[in-house]
Amino acid sequence: MAETNGHANGTNGQHAVGTRNIRPDGVDKVTGRARFGADYNLPGQLVGRVLRSPHPHARIVSIDTTKAEALPGVKAVITRDDFPDQSSEFIPAGEMMMNYKDVVRNVMAREKALYEGHAVAAVAATSVAIARRALKLIAVKYEVLPHVIDVVAAMAPNAPLLHDDLFTAGVEPKPDKPSNVAKRVEIKLGDVDAGFAKADLVVDREFKTAPVHQGYIEPHAALATVSEDGTTECWTTTQGHYIVRAHCARLLGLDIGKVRVTATEIGGGFGGKTVVYLEPLAIALSKKAKRPVKMVMSREEVFKASGPTSGATVRVKLGATKDGKFVAAFAELKYQAGAFQGSPVQPGVMCAYAPYDIENVHVIGYDVVSNRPKVAAYRAPGAPISEYAVESVVDEIAKKLGVDPIQLRMMNAAREGTKAAYGPKFGPIGLEETLNSIKKTEHWNTPLRKWQGRGVASGFWFNIGGETCVSLTVNEDGTVSLMAGTPDIGGLRASLAAVAADELGVPYDKVRPIIGDTGSLGFNFLTGGSRSAFSGSMAIVEAAKLIKADLIARACKLWEAKPEQVEWKDGAVRPLGALAEKVKPMTVVDFAKVAGKTGGPIAGLGRINAQGAGPSFGTHLVDLEVDPETGRVTILRYTVAQDAGKALHPAYVEGQYQGGAVQGIGWALNEEYIYGEDGKLQNAGFLDYRMPVASDVPMIDTVLVEVGNPKHPYGVRGVGETPIVPPLGAIANAMENATGIRFTELPMSPPKVLKALKDKGLNKVS
Amino acid sequence: MARVVLIGNLAQLTGGVAEFELSATSVKQLFEQLATLHPAIEPHLEQGVAVAIDGQIVQEALFEPIGPRSEVFIMPAIAGGC
Repeated sequence: MAETNGHANGTNGQHAVGTRNIRPDGVDKVTGRARFGADYNLPGQLVGRVLRSPHPHARIVSIDTTKAEALPGVKAVITRDDFPDQSSEFIPAGEMMMNYKDVVRNVMAREKALYEGHAVAAVAATSVAIARRALKLIAVKYEVLPHVIDVVAAMAPNAPLLHDDLFTAGVEPKPDKPSNVAKRVEIKLGDVDAGFAKADLVVDREFKTAPVHQGYIEPHAALATVSEDGTTECWTTTQGHYIVRAHCARLLGLDIGKVRVTATEIGGGFGGKTVVYLEPLAIALSKKAKRPVKMVMSREEVFKASGPTSGATVRVKLGATKDGKFVAAFAELKYQAGAFQGSPVQPGVMCAYAPYDIENVHVIGYDVVSNRPKVAAYRAPGAPISEYAVESVVDEIAKKLGVDPIQLRMMNAAREGTKAAYGPKFGPIGLEETLNSIKKTEHWNTPLRKWQGRGVASGFWFNIGGETCVSLTVNEDGTVSLMAGTPDIGGLRASLAAVAADELGVPYDKVRPIIGDTGSLGFNFLTGGSRSAFSGSMAIVEAAKLIKADLIARACKLWEAKPEQVEWKDGAVRPLGALAEKVKPMTVVDFAKVAGKTGGPIAGLGRINAQGAGPSFGTHLVDLEVDPETGRVTILRYTVAQDAGKALHPAYVEGQYQGGAVQGIGWALNEEYIYGEDGKLQNAGFLDYRMPVASDVPMIDTVLVEVGNPKHPYGVRGVGETPIVPPLGAIANAMENATGIRFTELPMSPPKVLKALKDKGLNKVS
Repeated sequence: MARVVLIGNLAQLTGGVAEFELSATSVKQLFEQLATLHPAIEPHLEQGVAVAIDGQIVQEALFEPIGPRSEVFIMPAIAGGC
């Protein structure tokens, strides 16, 4: 039996991979037919609502639910007593480390409310009005405690303590007193002191960033129903329904086999929908009420009670020789974790200097709790913050040395064989190519005017693989059903359908991709880590291999031939040599017609724990204009160049590049959680939390760099996360070029810009 | 013998030793040998770490082969957000 490389070999000579096919889920989404989280309903369902803490930090003395339970129309009330406590141990949940002691307390406050908006109780009632009245009848007695919001203030020895049992990990000897510093992490490479001694120029700066929310348009929503025998079903907007199943089973003591979770269509996640908030509550309420319960967060609840990413204080010190070689790098990162430990400081530490080939690196990070909502993942978690600081300093060094900023990055760029700051050597990577691509753009070579500035920055993300299961089924007419178990957030169906089409030699529009529920496929890790298209396409190749081997075997039986007399090529089993004179090649359609007579259904299951994720580098270029009278910043032009390895569907890869850039623009210029002295969030809505809208951004130009990942059958790298890493630095660098002011605090919102301009005497309006 | 390097805080569990020469031919063997040498590191290896073998990061892959001259880095597991 011979098998040529089946990739991109359709029977019609057309390749689906690498083309811009229409997404299979597109029509339903633009016509409103697609069902998102809040679109699901069941007969007899109840309305679930959550009572949330009005205090940023308070001991819960007592909760009295009797009046609420007595209200006609109220079918169930739940509190901390409905969730068994969990031991303090870190447990792997996919690639994430979870401490269920914290998860159960975040889902429902236990001893203390740790942030404004922390869930304290929940009700299920027959109407929204009754549910609201019931919440008002729940009597919670609080002992209000002092709170702390800022990360540096939370690290102070006399800061209000959130957890009596939190002792800083990663320091020796183990501290004898608890603190708000959950963990200290560090990486070391070479000898930093010796490196700085060789430097002709050292820049040492401190930066601050504000917490920002992922800002997905669709709020969290879940519908759950629990039958009397414990069989549980849940529909939820999530990035990983297998993870939801695992968390809910653990938190509620359920048998995983009895829980079935369906991922609805998802209106954005960006990392923020990798954790559970409503799902355990809806299941617990349904179990108690014996009726389905539907819960949807308001936008205010999304801001106050779901995870943003960290704000941080970052110090960066970078040394270079006079000819521009980086010789030593140090950084200290202090990341807010929110109310429970687990900020993305570790990847922040590892990514900070990853784009550069530096012999001596030392980075220290601190994971710090404070009275804010627990942070959740957000695109390349941790990396945008640390690389914003590093890229700002890189730019400053370029200026001081009088070197072109792209040239300086090129001189120090990580390449294949470079020892990454976090240890191992890189394989083939495309940072240089992105820098070269940017330099060649017309954008880079266009002159600017007064009050306009241009900035450039690079960024890195690891990307991951992980457990993935897909099925391919050939239908009676030769069309193909493709089932994946990872929610489609950015064009996954289209990307996977293209791979299936090319692998099996069928037209793209003959592949019907669907997202299966947790009962339909083996375990799938979530859509996160830039993994779903990477891992899913690898699994499809495996599934298609099984089908092709099956079809070859069937052909041999039909043709009474030996395996070496046939091959799979160009989407068909083809006879070789003398046999080719006697029989004609058979396509998938041909086999589908005789499936029953030749062995039954034709199907393949791809099940892998995908390894070999290729890291992705990107370089961004931005032009902006500052209004010296108002401090308003307008993004004039933006170009993203990033290494995709291979773009399975170029339009959706470009969409990821553009989306990351736009989110980064918001992070850099306007977005921030604003707290009052009372520790309460003051801008929990889209009117006051200023995200970019279409009129705030230009068309984002993209350059697809394709340095193939040798570990993937098509060369794919993950692409979803890297695009949010460079914008913060690129925009800060552009601001410096426009104003002469180095902004070391994000966001660079109009009031801050105006103040900086006034301080420099650049604003002439009193 | 493969050269094995512990990244980050893991060396605190091995008495400050961050580099080893081990004859492991798979991640599973590597973890077993490290746990035998330094039992305190075993729960951390079980909880989940990333392993870079000759530059290629793998996670939760016990049977991934390690060559006799491989350079292996053990580091915190890597998650993601999109």
